[in-house]
Amino acid sequence: MATSENGAPRELKVIGHPLRKVDARAKVTGQTRFADDLTLPRMLHAKLLRSTEAHARIVRIDTSAAEAMPGVRAILTGDVLPEPFGILPVSQDEHTLCIDKVRFVGDPVVAVAAIDEDTAEEAVRRIVVEYEPLKHVASIDDGLAPCSDADRIHDYGTHDNVHKYVNLEFGDVEQSFEEADLVQEDSFYFEGNTHLPMEQHAALAAFDPDGKLTLWSSTQTPHYVHRALAKVLAPLPASHIRVIACPNGGGFGGKSDPFNHEIAVAKLSMITGRPVKICLTREEVFYCHRGRHPVLMWVKTGFKKDGSMTGMHFRSYLDGGAYGSYGVASTFYTGALQTVTYPVPRYKFQGARVFTNKPPCGPKRGHGTPQPRFALEVHLDKVAHRLGLDPAQMRLDHLVPPNSLTANYLRVGSMGLGACIEKVVEGSAWKERYGKLPEGHGLGLACGSYLSGAGLPIYWNRMPHSGVQLKLDRSGGVACFCGSTDIGQGSDSVLAYVVAEVLGIDPFAIRVVTADTDLTPVDLGSYSSRVTLMTGNAALQAAERARELLAQAVAKKLEVPAVRLTFAEGRVFDVEDAERGMTFAEAVQAAEAKFGTIGTVGSYAPPASAGKFKGAGVGPSPAYSYTAIVAETFVDPETGIVEVPRIWCAHDAGKCINPALVIGQIEGGVYMGLGEALMEEMTYRGNRNVVHHHPSMLEYKSPTTHEMCDVISYVIEDPDPNGPFGAKEVGQGPLLPVMPAVANAVFDAVGVRVDEVPVTPEKVLRALQAKARGRDPRTGPTRLPEVAWRPPMRVPPPWEGGTGEALPREGVEVTK
Amino acid sequence: MTESSGSTDPRMDRALLALHVNGERYEVAAPAHHTLLEVLREELGLTGTKHGCELGECGTCAVLVDGEPVLSCLLMPQDCEGLEIVTVEGMADGPELDPLQRAFADNGAAQCGYCTPGFLLTARALIDKNPRPTREEIKEALSGNLCRCTGYLKIYEAIELAAAEGRGEDAEFQRETLYGYE
Amino acid sequence: MLRLPTFRYLRPESVEQAVAWRTDGGPEAAFVAGGTDLYPNMKRRQQTPPIVIGLGRIPELRGISGDSDTGARVGATTTLTRVCEDPFLVEHYPEVSRAARTISTPLLRNMGTIGGNVLLDTRCNYYDQTYEWRRSIDFCMKKEGTICWVAPSSPRCWAVQSSDLVPLLCAIGGSVRLVSPRGERELAFRDLYRDDGIDYLNKQPDELLTDLRLPARDGWRATYWKLRRREAFDFPVLGVAACLRLDGDVVREAHLYLGGVGSWPIEATGACDVLVGRRLDEETIQAAAAQAYRPAKPLDNTDFHMTWRKHMVRRYVEGALRELSGDGAAPRD
Repeated sequence: MATSENGAPRELKVIGHPLRKVDARAKVTGQTRFADDLTLPRMLHAKLLRSTEAHARIVRIDTSAAEAMPGVRAILTGDVLPEPFGILPVSQDEHTLCIDKVRFVGDPVVAVAAIDEDTAEEAVRRIVVEYEPLKHVASIDDGLAPCSDADRIHDYGTHDNVHKYVNLEFGDVEQSFEEADLVQEDSFYFEGNTHLPMEQHAALAAFDPDGKLTLWSSTQTPHYVHRALAKVLAPLPASHIRVIACPNGGGFGGKSDPFNHEIAVAKLSMITGRPVKICLTREEVFYCHRGRHPVLMWVKTGFKKDGSMTGMHFRSYLDGGAYGSYGVASTFYTGALQTVTYPVPRYKFQGARVFTNKPPCGPKRGHGTPQPRFALEVHLDKVAHRLGLDPAQMRLDHLVPPNSLTANYLRVGSMGLGACIEKVVEGSAWKERYGKLPEGHGLGLACGSYLSGAGLPIYWNRMPHSGVQLKLDRSGGVACFCGSTDIGQGSDSVLAYVVAEVLGIDPFAIRVVTADTDLTPVDLGSYSSRVTLMTGNAALQAAERARELLAQAVAKKLEVPAVRLTFAEGRVFDVEDAERGMTFAEAVQAAEAKFGTIGTVGSYAPPASAGKFKGAGVGPSPAYSYTAIVAETFVDPETGIVEVPRIWCAHDAGKCINPALVIGQIEGGVYMGLGEALMEEMTYRGNRNVVHHHPSMLEYKSPTTHEMCDVISYVIEDPDPNGPFGAKEVGQGPLLPVMPAVANAVFDAVGVRVDEVPVTPEKVLRALQAKARGRDPRTGPTRLPEVAWRPPMRVPPPWEGGTGEALPREGVEVTK
Repeated sequence: MTESSGSTDPRMDRALLALHVNGERYEVAAPAHHTLLEVLREELGLTGTKHGCELGECGTCAVLVDGEPVLSCLLMPQDCEGLEIVTVEGMADGPELDPLQRAFADNGAAQCGYCTPGFLLTARALIDKNPRPTREEIKEALSGNLCRCTGYLKIYEAIELAAAEGRGEDAEFQRETLYGYE
Repeated sequence: MLRLPTFRYLRPESVEQAVAWRTDGGPEAAFVAGGTDLYPNMKRRQQTPPIVIGLGRIPELRGISGDSDTGARVGATTTLTRVCEDPFLVEHYPEVSRAARTISTPLLRNMGTIGGNVLLDTRCNYYDQTYEWRRSIDFCMKKEGTICWVAPSSPRCWAVQSSDLVPLLCAIGGSVRLVSPRGERELAFRDLYRDDGIDYLNKQPDELLTDLRLPARDGWRATYWKLRRREAFDFPVLGVAACLRLDGDVVREAHLYLGGVGSWPIEATGACDVLVGRRLDEETIQAAAAQAYRPAKPLDNTDFHMTWRKHMVRRYVEGALRELSGDGAAPRD
């Protein structure tokens, strides 16, 4: 894209420059209107009564005392909305309000609308729900155990409380182990954690006298919320429902599902004929969750002496929580991206997700891939030590080549991981310092990769993943309409930058209208790091089409061939005679006179996946980002306390649309990864009704300024042909290597392995004590559950004559 | 029957309040048990002040009272009468942004922007007292404000730039702040 | 949004008025100073006083006076920020300022008061939860329930003493002044606390804490070490306060208190016995630390694993004593 119409290189005026975001000034002056900042005349306030039981049948709900309260306007129970919903078509297992049973402490049961929040809250407290407790499921082991039909959390899924098995084999991994010089087996555990956006979820619904419903919500996925509302509120036609996503006060994946409270306020507004708002408390945000799955993992890999792999067998066991959410996709993701960094000639993946009586897990920054990435990168570090190789050099020597296909049929395009590793090795003085620092001081390296958008949409369809409309008016004004949602990452700005670059105008002159299902074309949402690549491409197409119309009109008027026209600095002019031209507004006028009202559209859909087998839909992406990280640690051998003063992070972003925003994402990703590495945990008291251990900002430990490390960020620009101007993702990738880099650095510092996240002082000290007693210097899982795996789906890898199709299935295997 | 754990009378008592906010005097009758946070947002319409926990555990609702940053979620407005309250809406001088606001906007120190008002006001109080804060002093001053987006680094850089500007120095962001390291 | 329950908010202008109104308000009325402890508790419905008596308009409760020769007086509603920054305290009672700096966050210290901190409610992560959460476990002994979930067979509540100033003030000595309709009395810090998570104070509910008195600076030296996950926000999961009087390098008097590992500040008498009369060298320090951790009773009701917290008592006592011996660094603020 860095060429002009006549093919000559053109200097980019907007793309690649550290401009301010188009909404930055609104944000620093308090003018940005988040969902809870909205009020409407006659607005009511809603509260939800949530379950105080982990797993129970609802025997009776008595709302009479609440109804009798002055100020209460409506009370809603689950039977009114029997239609289930859920983000994935295969997991339609949620109800707006529980109907017959509750599945976790925090599951919503009754909704109340009242004249103010104080009254709604008091009314909720006066509602009596009688429960008949059922046996609860509090762990992965519990979830894999057989149970009676009555105690099953859901009546769908694979069997008992197993929600989903995945079993894929790309080539004969057992044979690959025989060909190896070294076979390494490890197990790892990654504790669950949550997004903790600073903004608590809020939603405002207004049902108008014409029978139309508008919902404003802090959601990352207005399109999916729109679909869920239409499904549950039927027969209200989808065309009568408008969902507006407000700017999100942080998302990180936590606002990507349609939520109970959104549907509840919509229905309450329909019942009362008044606007109804809800803002969740912090505790309720913990119950919404959809965060990182706790995952137990086992990996066995064959290596040659030079550190190359012969094959890998990976197993993951996911604690899914009480509902499906994105869980089926999460399960696949725990096995998808192991192959895109270092060549894995043969690969087998087995995954199992179980239901438990906890808030549902789902997608958090990195969705299902940080857990296996932690396992893989620590596993590699151990292997490097066994083989006597430098962990950085071993990785550099064995990188997936660009423009190649992996064993599981992921198509890698640009691949800048080698450059990333070289940058952090140089920056951290790795060669001089690794393995040579004094006791208690260490360096650790890890890498990662992430998608720039998923290859497939959530629900099967052949329509675009992202659409952009441009409206150009005779004043020279440009309005850009897109369904994408700004969650702080700057997606509104990306739209403006791309359009401004193509049309040669000031990005701050563009009116960006986003995330409104009535006004903007569909974009699937702000998840899977898809927005810059997909909306960027759609905006590029729409802008190029607009430029084309303007160029034709201007060419005629100026009597200059269209190919000689350039668009820059708010003008359209002849590249050979800059004086010959007109203002952008005059160009629009010329086009409007010639063609009528000027509006263009752009669409984007990713290329088709190479894999054709069932399950091949999770993992493919138009482009993969790459990251390498070196973490520095100080470990106190007396206490096990780990400090991380500095992290070097190099990220292959393809091309920076805005480098300052790229750096911001790197730093933010490192921050969130550091929290996961050292302290963040979403845990429950299994023996106390499975209550959340600490649903508060105080006890859920998010790093403060004091815990945050210095970050030395490097951006590698290896443009990808699928990205707009070559851009790939940056929102999620930089988080992934932080956890394994920290664990590897702890090993370099004190010679012990913590094969668990978070790496807490208790675990480090336990490993140190084991080391002092001459035992295995390690803290981590020591046993794996027994699973009756289904027969694998066998797909020969491309280099063994595979076509991406699966072979017929056979046999059953039982493993420990 | 569930025991009620705290009674709410819909005809709840109201407190007559005279508050000075952002240089203007407001007289309101607010529910007597509502905190300054609720009064600012719900009675005065000053929704620039955000909230993240309402328990003093995140710093999002910080405002200035007589120049000191405090948590509006734990402060009774009755105790603020006669004091000067400043919210994020009161930082700019007409259309002229506070240098902190400009610096936050210009280098991406506000990502989602939700914690930003609390950070800006806390930083304002810091610079007013200490025009040349070190990085360590900035960290300490901001240690009661949580941000989940930025990792704080761009916030430090913005504060350092605004502080330098406040001292009348020619200041601009370092190349690494905007482009990363070479 | 979490909101306060309804209550009447009264703002007396004198100690006399405050005490009288507290009596008129009945047994459930509550005093409030900074509000940083009471209001979160009220929002979670751990406490629902129908009348709250704010102390912010009583000038005599604020301020610092006295001198280091005879001892200092700190008014109960003096903010923690003032305690951190007051030049007199920073110069003459630096360990008090330093301990105050470890409390929560700068924003909270601008509101929280020294009086409120020393009367801080005991904490427990079965108790510091919302009404709905606590209902899920059928409540606990400290509020509305019958069982202490931390130790279900125990007849008592094990909520944790969590103030940073308390162990230090116990170690250095000093006292508080309490005023009630029955008059006023002075009580040593060490006598203010009880080993019970519910009845943790030897102060009657209608007594108003008006002043803290710091002892004369007559040769003792003291320090406070705080263990917590994060360097801001977090309450101590262990606090070690040590106060020594040395004669050359021989310990003449020792007071060691442990916070955050019991329902009251635990005096490590065994360690003090080891210290007194011995040279404060590494051997003594280790011997004292080995004794000091015995009375600590960390349970599974705070952050971190209780076994590790117990282990850390030794490490922190060693650190604190080394610092006082002049052989080790002070903890980071």
